[in-house]
Amino acid sequence: MAGGRFKKKGKNKIQAISTASLPDIVFMLLFFFMVTTVMKQDDLKVSIHAPKATEVKKLENKSLVSYIYIGKPTQTRIYGDVTQIQLNDAFADPDQIREFIAAERETMDEADQSKMTVSLKVDGKTEMGIVTDVKQQLRRASALKINYSTLKGDPLGGR
Amino acid sequence: MAKREIQEINAGSMADIAFLLLIFFLVTTTMDTDSGIVRKLPPMPEENTQQDDVQIKERNIFVVLVNRDNQLLVEGELMNIKDLREATKEFIINPTDDPDLPAKEIKEFPIVGPMEVTAKHVISLRNDRGTSYETYIAVQNELAAAYNELRDEYSLRKWGKKFDDLEADLQEVVEDIYPMKISEAEPKNVGG
Repeated sequence: MAGGRFKKKGKNKIQAISTASLPDIVFMLLFFFMVTTVMKQDDLKVSIHAPKATEVKKLENKSLVSYIYIGKPTQTRIYGDVTQIQLNDAFADPDQIREFIAAERETMDEADQSKMTVSLKVDGKTEMGIVTDVKQQLRRASALKINYSTLKGDPLGGR
Repeated sequence: MAKREIQEINAGSMADIAFLLLIFFLVTTTMDTDSGIVRKLPPMPEENTQQDDVQIKERNIFVVLVNRDNQLLVEGELMNIKDLREATKEFIINPTDDPDLPAKEIKEFPIVGPMEVTAKHVISLRNDRGTSYETYIAVQNELAAAYNELRDEYSLRKWGKKFDDLEADLQEVVEDIYPMKISEAEPKNVGG
């Protein structure tokens, strides 16, 4: 009977959505984040409020970038409040920069060594003296490509 | 029945495992790319070679001094940093053929042909050890902005596009026309 057939279809229960493809979707997301993720490099021991600038360029290829941090220590009670240079995870003297650059070069492919960039993350209130010292050391180590790390914004407006 | 079916592994928990990993990577990921002002340092002069000072004509050099109170002295005059960009642009193009501003000469460029440019101009930036980094970056930024504005203006006039939207070979030409010549002096105290 025709009516019976329709009746059978008519009493439909709410179908559960198949979750079989859920793992696939999650895996897709997982791979995306695995590929794009960059592990946090260093623990900052100095506080840095980077200055603002408008003419900024993005740093490409993070594996070719080494960081030098300059600022006042976050734990002033332990380390005092004199401006310090931080390389890797420790405070350093300007003299140690050449060693640091050499060590950073070691970790790169030979072909990439010439493309090495040093990013200076410097607190805005720092005096230029220490920055100049660092720059001189970088010149000695012939790490000439540098980047003054800045935030985006008008440098003249925020004061 | 004697025939045993091969048992399927229950894949129901697969999603949970994947979620766990996903959340881990979500938390550890840092999306922010570092950005900043890119500069190239001059190579260190060899210790024993005599530094011969390259003679640059007074009119071709634009001296910017920053003292330890973060004041600007541009070409011997106190200047507000807000005016630096315009002053720099005027210096680079020398629109009125002022004999105090850099000499213009006709130079041949690929694609666009001959053009009158101030090929020998140099911007000399010098700061004191006590200058704040903030001010230094602001000055660097204004100088870079002057060049970028000139490049943009030229690109718009010539091709109706901004410099950043041009093809790579055209960008090279424009960079050649307005080459960024910012020289930082060997460090010494400017005083203030």
